[in-house]
Amino acid sequence: MFFTYLRRELANRRRQSAVVAAGMALAITLVIIVSSLSAGVEDAQDSALSAVYGVGTDITVSSPAEGPNAGGGGGQRFQFGAEDGERADGSTSVVQSRLHLSPGTASFSADAVDTVRGIADVEAATATLSLTNVTFEGEMPDPQEGGGMVRVAPGGGADGEGGSSFDVTTFSVLGLDPGETGVGPLTSVAVSDGRAPAADDAGTHTAVLDNDYATGAELAVGDTLEIGGTEFEIVGLVASTAATGASAADVYIPLDTAQELAELDGEISDIYVQATSATAIDQVQADIEAALPDATVNTQQDLASTVSGSLATAASLLSNLGTWLSVAVLAAAFLIAALLTMSGVARRTREFGTLKAIGWSNGRVVRQVAGESLVQAVLGGLVGSALGVIGVLAVNAAGITLSSVTDAPAGPEGEPAGGGPVRIGPGSDAAASTADIVLNAPVSVQIVLLAVGLAALGGLVAGASGGWRAARLRPAEALRAVN
Amino acid sequence: MYTLSNVTKTYRQTNRTVHALRSVDLSIPTGQLVAVQGPTGGGKSTLLQMLGALDRPSSGEVRLGDAVLSAADDRELARVRARQVGFVFQNFNLIPTLTARENVETALAPLGTAGAERRRRSTEVLGRVGLADRLDHLPAELSGGQQQRVAIARALVKEPEVLLADEPTGNLDEVTRDEVMDLLELLWRDQGLTVVVVTHDSAVADRADRRLYIADGTVTSGAPRGRTAPRPAAAGS
Repeated sequence: MFFTYLRRELANRRRQSAVVAAGMALAITLVIIVSSLSAGVEDAQDSALSAVYGVGTDITVSSPAEGPNAGGGGGQRFQFGAEDGERADGSTSVVQSRLHLSPGTASFSADAVDTVRGIADVEAATATLSLTNVTFEGEMPDPQEGGGMVRVAPGGGADGEGGSSFDVTTFSVLGLDPGETGVGPLTSVAVSDGRAPAADDAGTHTAVLDNDYATGAELAVGDTLEIGGTEFEIVGLVASTAATGASAADVYIPLDTAQELAELDGEISDIYVQATSATAIDQVQADIEAALPDATVNTQQDLASTVSGSLATAASLLSNLGTWLSVAVLAAAFLIAALLTMSGVARRTREFGTLKAIGWSNGRVVRQVAGESLVQAVLGGLVGSALGVIGVLAVNAAGITLSSVTDAPAGPEGEPAGGGPVRIGPGSDAAASTADIVLNAPVSVQIVLLAVGLAALGGLVAGASGGWRAARLRPAEALRAVN
Repeated sequence: MYTLSNVTKTYRQTNRTVHALRSVDLSIPTGQLVAVQGPTGGGKSTLLQMLGALDRPSSGEVRLGDAVLSAADDRELARVRARQVGFVFQNFNLIPTLTARENVETALAPLGTAGAERRRRSTEVLGRVGLADRLDHLPAELSGGQQQRVAIARALVKEPEVLLADEPTGNLDEVTRDEVMDLLELLWRDQGLTVVVVTHDSAVADRADRRLYIADGTVTSGAPRGRTAPRPAAAGS
């Protein structure tokens, strides 16, 4: 009886049913599109961040860049003695490379890693030292001594007429624990040639290069690379697994070797921390801040705020306008459904009075009205889900590209990644990683179920309100109603 | 069957109190066909609502067999209406979107009757009222007399103890009126029902074996003074 009556009523009131279902469908379409786009943008943000911080990093610990151990604050100096360089044809060629702390970062004691590892709910922690290698290479005319002044010979030099030519090249170097693969920068790269850093690389002069950097520098596995004036053997190439294609550094070397070459023994610049669970992150952050009061402790949520560009704009748009629009349309759909159900009940006063007169209980009347409303809403929800999925697929097919700029004032955020711009010298207090990410909005079963559930909830709310009104009709009064 | 003791029903309106029933004492034995007549606004429908467990009196007691309707809660009144009382209305009050058989089935829904049994009993009772060939017709596809037959079938399908009819022929022509009354009378005789019919139509009232007259909330037996001499009610005023 319930389904027969329900089917007949909905079929007979097609227009009202269509209005309720259409309103609900519109709301659910928006909910699905906004939810999926939000998830897509969130994935893109995670991707942009994981390129720099590695996959699974919940918290990063660094030191404020304005401290005494800050890198890149005073420019670079290259000193050459009178006898340095190779002389030929009246010219002197000089090459010198220096390894120093990256601009925008500061070092602190590696003891902090043990402190962090001792904190409750810390699953894993690893330290890195973020460095920049600067190579000065040039050719100049032979200097001639005389009267305490340096006089340049009339010939020689880069152009053979006493001129000079200099090149300054830089690349980023990340000193890391070569045996740590669970957390840290190596979690977001995959070996493309050779091998990954291994635990027994500690203390050796071996290097693993970012694939893009190696290609640009025309380096391959087996070649050597001078870092901080020391030859390193290239044992492997790695490529980023992040959608941005960006990676944390150009060159990865063992942490202890990096500390020695940069003359930063026992020093690190960043700690990557993984918590035992997502719910423990806030507490772990608080505990680290308490244990290391001078450190800067960032969670992924904090780090997300460092992503700018159109990706950040999209995230902001979705979290503000999109969410509120969805809520507003959903509320309007609920309201329309409730009002139309109420109106339907008012028109059917005598009908419900008759049913109560022949023995229908209040519960049966409420169930009947709520059932009709529920079916209308769920139909709208299903249609809305289908439209929402189509909309999301259309967005994905359009291949919308979002640009992300990951910049930060200190810590690993400052590392140049994926060939991003590197600034050296006074005033260069930050570095940035720029990448384009194609938006891929996922449609999950959970989102669709949530959307249909929301529609069902709306239908139930509308139906319950209408049913309650129908149920509280006194049958004697309802029968007197003129319809 | 029915016993009403000192039943009063008042409605409070904006600036006055309406006394729909005044100290009504009345007894209706099982199997009696009773006609209730009286002027509009005299209390006929209110009396029918008390008998049909649609409303409770302001004071006094209404009994249907052992059930005290005046003291029952809404759930109990709904149970009485579902099992013991059948209603027939002047405007038929059929659900417009349901077929004749489905309309009859609505009366069995609160009894929890299974679907196949509902269909069987509805089909059978519609056959008894002469609508075997109209089972799948919507009310709009039936004449007024046919619609009232469907309404009678709906009232009878649950095999009630009482059939209450409020102006059952009020919207029918004379021929159809007689057909419907013939049917009610037949069912009354065959099934031993207690039937109470509210009517303005003396031709309908003449078929009853007892006539009640109600005016200004007071029930008397027989026709109003001046037309037919009232005679004492079997019980009550």
